[in-house]
Amino acid sequence: MVGWEIYDGRAKVLPLANIDTDQLIPARFMSVPRSEGYGSYLLHDMRRDASGALRLEFPLNGASPATALIAGANFGSGSSREAAVYALVDAGYRAVFAPSFGDIFASNAINNGLLPARIEPETYEELVSWIGASFCDVQIDLQNGCASFGGKEVDFQLDETWRMKLINGWDDIDLTQQYASEISQFGKIYAQAAPWAVPLVSD
Amino acid sequence: MSEPKTLLDKLWASHEVLRREDGVSLLWVDRHLVHEGSHHAFAKIAARGLPVAAPNNTVAVVDHYAPTRTRDKIADPQVVRMIDTLRQNAKSHSLRIFDLDDPAQGIVHVVGPEQGLTLPGLLINCGDSHTSTHGAFGALAFGIGATEVAHVLATQTIWQKKPKAMRITVDGVLGVGVTAKDIALHWIARLGTGGAQGHSIEYAGGTIRGLTMEGRMTLCNLSIEGGARFGMIAPDEITKDYIKGRSYTPRGDQWLAAEAAWDELLTADDAVFDTEIHIDAADIEPTVTWGTSPEQALPISAKLPDPAKLDAQKSELAFKALEYMGLSKGQNLAGTPVDQVFIGSCTNGRIEDLRAAAAVLTGRRAKVPGLVSPGSQLIKAQAEQEGLDKVFTDAGLEWAASGCSMCVGMNGDLVEIKKRCASSTNRNFKGRQGRGARTHLMSPSMVAAAAVTGEITDVRTLLQDRNI
Ligand code: SF4
Repeated sequence: MVGWEIYDGRAKVLPLANIDTDQLIPARFMSVPRSEGYGSYLLHDMRRDASGALRLEFPLNGASPATALIAGANFGSGSSREAAVYALVDAGYRAVFAPSFGDIFASNAINNGLLPARIEPETYEELVSWIGASFCDVQIDLQNGCASFGGKEVDFQLDETWRMKLINGWDDIDLTQQYASEISQFGKIYAQAAPWAVPLVSD
Repeated sequence: MSEPKTLLDKLWASHEVLRREDGVSLLWVDRHLVHEGSHHAFAKIAARGLPVAAPNNTVAVVDHYAPTRTRDKIADPQVVRMIDTLRQNAKSHSLRIFDLDDPAQGIVHVVGPEQGLTLPGLLINCGDSHTSTHGAFGALAFGIGATEVAHVLATQTIWQKKPKAMRITVDGVLGVGVTAKDIALHWIARLGTGGAQGHSIEYAGGTIRGLTMEGRMTLCNLSIEGGARFGMIAPDEITKDYIKGRSYTPRGDQWLAAEAAWDELLTADDAVFDTEIHIDAADIEPTVTWGTSPEQALPISAKLPDPAKLDAQKSELAFKALEYMGLSKGQNLAGTPVDQVFIGSCTNGRIEDLRAAAAVLTGRRAKVPGLVSPGSQLIKAQAEQEGLDKVFTDAGLEWAASGCSMCVGMNGDLVEIKKRCASSTNRNFKGRQGRGARTHLMSPSMVAAAAVTGEITDVRTLLQDRNI
């Protein structure tokens, strides 16, 4: 994962709350290998009609794509499917601004370099009216936890650990491997303390 | 003196390998359950050339794509590929797999407890948000994403920040026809789907202690629908009775050592929670969702809301939900006609759920078609031994093999566009059961009642002449 600190992109508002993971990517697309890309499945059933044609009135179906999304509360609630994040990332998104996020979605986002930026509900309302149905240039400053939407300055909340992870592009497996000796030490003590916790072979 | 500890504190401490300066803990994982959807994670460790760190602690289950009708010839090549990929990964990493032909195959959150893989005091991860189910045993169990699954595969540990602690205490006697599912939908309707975000829930109180393990699992399963990644209940005699003698349960001296350890897994009387919620069991009616979010749930006696009378935030969502569901404000929830029913899933596909539904259906015919898919093949066999399958088929419902089935539709068991389904599952999200499908969540006996009358019905009216 490549780290990032400053990002310039284009923001778009999707003024809906409770966009859950089943909407972000319907289950039927989840058997596709990641290498094929998930971008075209993003919000598939909202963006497209039953015949598969794009709905022109849908906010994200504009001529040129956005790379930052502003959405309502409880974004990404629901399942643990990381494919919901893949769909956003593969469609070119780098950040989602919303008043709240599903817990598992937010950690999945961090693991894929996607910023889940928490904003105050009032800030969300302001951005909705500020940007409306059009696009808006955005500059995101991860280090300082702020973003400028066409000149309108907005602060966002981000867990400190997550900020560091995004900036440094840290990968957890690499990080954890540094603690290999602590883990094996723990495993030994644990097996003695709770021998019943070690799975038996079934009979 | 040290602070009085909660169950969460104790479970956390016993699994904490280390804590970083920023407060994030590296936790030891006792059981890691994988399924077909874990293919991304296996691909990630393959790309790094890493083995599975602890194959004995890792168990594979075929469930999300498991066919519920014909198993020997699967028509959809995508489904075949997903299942084959899991088989290959299990084989190359020497993992125990509960494959389609295994008599113990079933839904991952049903199989774990049923096999004695799920025990009090363990940390259990699975790439599925309803992993919270296993918390019913007093385990620290939570769903994780694919990157985290790869991490657990590679290291047998997980990075996690300790959540805040919430306690939901339910006291009093549940009315006839009121179940753990109704407790869950009741609190989620009250607190909202974000109500427990960032929290671990401990369920406590006399009503909870009186629930069977099946009921406790249903309740913990639905924790995630209220935003909590964890739900848990302290183990007691009911827990031990359930676990004893299962395939992977500890035996002999190990059992005694385990029991002693489990007896410690209690929240101290004077421990402090970040949030406390109290519910009176007598206030809970059979509860049904009417919208597209689990919080859009109401007692069966209620009328559908008028969005204009709700606060601004909920108003628009309610308006959209009614539109999607094809319902009108002010209409009675009871009496809404349904097109079909589904009984199954890790929420309500256990033997007790099937018995409850069968108790309503015995001697009656369903007015609408429906599918019954037990939570595991063992449950299927047990139900057949008890003659429950006959009750379902005599009523006109289809009796099928075990899998996630119509909970998520990945195997092709789908609800068609604009069809209304009374369902014992866990998510009524738009499109969850199929594009444009209209899902009403309710308990299995309420689903059975809907089958009998062809409309959403208060099951209590059908129980009056029955001895339950
Ligand atoms: S039954 Fe539904 S909720 Fe349970 S594991 Fe399967 S898909 Fe997930």
